[in-house]
Amino acid sequence: MSLFLIIALPFLGALLPGLMYQAGRQSCFLVTFLVTACAAIGLATHAPAVLAGEVVTASLTWLPQLGLNVNLFLDPLGFMFAGLILGIGMLIILYARFYLSRDDNMGAFFTYLLLFQGAMVGIVLSDNILMLLIFWELTSLSSFLLIGFWKHLPEGRQGARMALTVTGMGGLAMIGGMLLLGQIVGSYDLTVILENRDLIQASPLYIPALILILLGCFTKSAQFPFHFWLPHAMAAPTPVSAYLHSATMVKAGLFLMARMWPVLSGTEIWIVLVCSAGLITMVLGALIAIFKNDLKALLAFSTVSHLGLITFLLGTGTSFGAMAAVFHILNHASFKAALFMSAGIVDHAVHTRDMTRLGGLRRLMPITFAIATLAALSMAGIPLLNGFLSKEMMLEEALRTTLFGSPYLVAAVATLGALFSAAYSFRFIAHTFFGKVRNDYPAKPHDPEFGLWISPALLIIPVIVIGVAPFLAEPFVRTVTQAVIGSAAEMPSEHIKLWHGFVPALGMSAIAVVGGLILLAAWNPLARLWAATPRPEAKDIFDRIIAGAVGLASLVSERLHNGSFTRYAAIFVTAVVAIGAHAWFTGTDGAPTREMLPITPVGFAGWLMLMIATGFLVTVHRNRLAVLILMGIIGLMVSVGFNYFSAPDLALTQISVEVVTIVLLLLALNFMPNSTPKESTVLHRSRDIVVSVVAGLAAAGLIYSILMSNFPIASIADYHLANSYKGGGGTNVVNVILVDFRGFDTFGEIIVLGIAALVIYALTEALLSGPVRARLLNRGYEEKRAGDAHPMMMVVLTRVLMPVVLLVGVYIFLRGHNEPGGGFVAGLIVAIAVVMQYMASGFAWADNRQRYPYHGIIGAGVLCAGVTGIGAWFAGAPFLSSAFGYFRIPPMEKFELATAMGFDLGVFLAVVGAVMLSLESFSRLGRRAGIEESEHAMDIDPSRDEPKTETET
Amino acid sequence: MELLVASAIGVLTAAGVYLILRLRTFPVIIGTSLVSYAVNVFLFASGRLALNAPPILRDGVEVYTDPLPQALVLTAIVISFGMTAVVVMIAVGSYLSAGDDLVNDPDTLAGTKNAEPSQRGGGKA
Repeated sequence: MSLFLIIALPFLGALLPGLMYQAGRQSCFLVTFLVTACAAIGLATHAPAVLAGEVVTASLTWLPQLGLNVNLFLDPLGFMFAGLILGIGMLIILYARFYLSRDDNMGAFFTYLLLFQGAMVGIVLSDNILMLLIFWELTSLSSFLLIGFWKHLPEGRQGARMALTVTGMGGLAMIGGMLLLGQIVGSYDLTVILENRDLIQASPLYIPALILILLGCFTKSAQFPFHFWLPHAMAAPTPVSAYLHSATMVKAGLFLMARMWPVLSGTEIWIVLVCSAGLITMVLGALIAIFKNDLKALLAFSTVSHLGLITFLLGTGTSFGAMAAVFHILNHASFKAALFMSAGIVDHAVHTRDMTRLGGLRRLMPITFAIATLAALSMAGIPLLNGFLSKEMMLEEALRTTLFGSPYLVAAVATLGALFSAAYSFRFIAHTFFGKVRNDYPAKPHDPEFGLWISPALLIIPVIVIGVAPFLAEPFVRTVTQAVIGSAAEMPSEHIKLWHGFVPALGMSAIAVVGGLILLAAWNPLARLWAATPRPEAKDIFDRIIAGAVGLASLVSERLHNGSFTRYAAIFVTAVVAIGAHAWFTGTDGAPTREMLPITPVGFAGWLMLMIATGFLVTVHRNRLAVLILMGIIGLMVSVGFNYFSAPDLALTQISVEVVTIVLLLLALNFMPNSTPKESTVLHRSRDIVVSVVAGLAAAGLIYSILMSNFPIASIADYHLANSYKGGGGTNVVNVILVDFRGFDTFGEIIVLGIAALVIYALTEALLSGPVRARLLNRGYEEKRAGDAHPMMMVVLTRVLMPVVLLVGVYIFLRGHNEPGGGFVAGLIVAIAVVMQYMASGFAWADNRQRYPYHGIIGAGVLCAGVTGIGAWFAGAPFLSSAFGYFRIPPMEKFELATAMGFDLGVFLAVVGAVMLSLESFSRLGRRAGIEESEHAMDIDPSRDEPKTETET
Repeated sequence: MELLVASAIGVLTAAGVYLILRLRTFPVIIGTSLVSYAVNVFLFASGRLALNAPPILRDGVEVYTDPLPQALVLTAIVISFGMTAVVVMIAVGSYLSAGDDLVNDPDTLAGTKNAEPSQRGGGKA
């Protein structure tokens, strides 16, 4: 199976549980399980090749210029992790099926789980580090959803937030580190990076890159001082804890350290940083775990401790350490997942995880007892179980490691860690299963149904098999180790064996086990001592840091965002001008390279009118009706200007949009006050004048400088001019660009326009269904209303004009390809023709004669344009390629037919629909406002002589 | 001519920005329209000014102005209409439901974010 498919399967499968949710829990579980099983089988098909030492690759070139290629590779290390993720994933899914109660939304749960699974598989199979980073962040996000799955529990929400904050922060640091690494090597491909050990370690950027990447790994793998999030993530449902903290999420950091081992490890700073973090985490985690009463909390801290152990092994930088790390990753995944699931079973059966309320479950839950005891003994490092073997290797490695100049320091710390580890493992068994049977369990203890205990039971099989016959696992471990160390070190000569003779490591193991038993015996006084010792509470520190950050952020945002939008606008304008000014003064701008066109009298006259209208507008802006008239003048001058400067299409569009806009604003003004009151202070106004004058000067200066210089690089205009007729079949280049060269843009634009119209429609609907409706009905009029709302002259004139305007619209549409015009302009003109009827004859009259809903017209337009575009596929050309030909039907002149016309028709329809839907929405507001309507538009209603307010009061 | 166009853009921008900074919705809408004019003319002018050289191909004519900015501005004009229409609708809706057409939220301005929202005016009727 293609590696792409293995990654894609969980992501695609994530859609299924939600869909199957209605079909019941069983089907929900089955699809999730099958998806994971398919991916696992896909992975297994590569097993022979990978185990023979081959590297399976798959690649897809995406943006080679940016180094973004979707490259995947599967080597033994990736294979081991992917196997753990999918294999344990299947067991977890099975377990979760029986663990989750009927109140839990299983569809959502399995969706999150599959998303997480996909992201994890993505991390271990990525060859490109940028892609790896994306998957890395995805695990943070999806684990957030999983940890916070029980949204109703505050601990769940807090734990999820904490996990996201810490791992997300680490992820950010890692992005920096990875980018530095890519910078050093000049490639973002992992396989290339892994071959450049000397280059990377000699680079001055090595240390910052290393620290940033380690920050990412340490946060993810809960290494001291970032270990605190992991225990809080235990608020998640137990299947999540078992999955995230045994085989997946927290192992991602270890995976990356192992992956980067050949190029990053071996230097002094690596050994110091990674070894010390690992050792501290190992001992600290184990020490805290001893005194946790909650089963899951104990396991959480033991996980922290074991992650520290593996980190330490990777940190020593020797190949033997790497081998021990690989082996322990495998062993830890098996016994820890089983332990978490056992803790979940106890919780499920007894309704508590508190060890002070447990004990004596040995006879009541024999199956659980057997599973949990074997797994915990393995964790304690008891011979004949797999935990013993890798722990022995760890102690051996500790003996060989010298840190801070002392050869004994590491060995002593490691033994202490192992001792604590044995202690909490024994306590887990003793305080849960041994002791007296109690009569005050919160629920009657019983062994669970088969579905719940089968998963941990299956995991116990490798725990025993590897423990008894380590030679079975050795070839695989060696293959993976070879993949970890690459060519950076020699393979270790040691073998994984049960019996090495009386070596010092055996003695250390014995000390650990005996010491652990002693600690267990002395647990009660020790626990009292522990409770009396003051300790810093990580969560409090974390909360205080977060509160500080939030305080700082709100301090800044409250100063900037005080609720005054006017102020934001002023800040925005000033900022834009300031940035522009900075660019201007630091950039290079040569002397003018163009001659100024002579100022003509016509041009000057137009400019003068524009200036006067704008000036008036600002001074009289409180009179809203006057503003609209002046707006009309400005719009007219702008369109005349377009025409003057050789842009007839723009002139046509501008002038028709102008008409529609003014109609729209008039309609709006119908519902709003007619004047703007004087409110702002003189100071306020002076500030605004300064801001706006500066903005105006900046805009004028910028465009003047552009206008006076030639294009810095050749314009692509020539291409369009040269190909417009040849390739597009039209002489109006602007129209050909719209419907052909940049047809896709236009397609998007008509969709946007349609959406805008639908938004307006929806807003009207929302308004009319709310309290506004009553307010509209009771609304009075400030001024006396005209007796003939629909003057006869206007009605007659608009009806006569209607066919003429429609004809003009058709004419403009048809000539568009070769002469100024086209779908946009024609659409606006036709819309104006219809709006005239609304204005003259009234909403009701016009509405009754409107046969097609405007939504439909928009839809038809978009569809028409789209279908024309798709039509090109049948001719084997890309979307929206156009074709044209010349035809002659006697007695007419020869004429041209182009497929672009179909597209333009779509534009036309969409524009008509959008404009009409917007205006009609306002008219619907008007109808609700109690403006009387009559079928005979020219009827005169004498009652309208009186202002409505007086008649009602 | 360049000077005239540049100054026209500047004046339209200044007037538009000034109106955007007013406290009622209607002048803000007018201000946005003025700025739209300025922006459209700006984009159009970035193709440089030319007289009597429309980009309509004719036999024997060699000089044409740059058609690309024109095509872009053409759609921009139509889209600005759509935008204006949406904003106008929002303004009308907010006036009808809140009873005033203030741009700024008086409740947050007074610094009483968490206080009960004060009863805003109940319309003109």
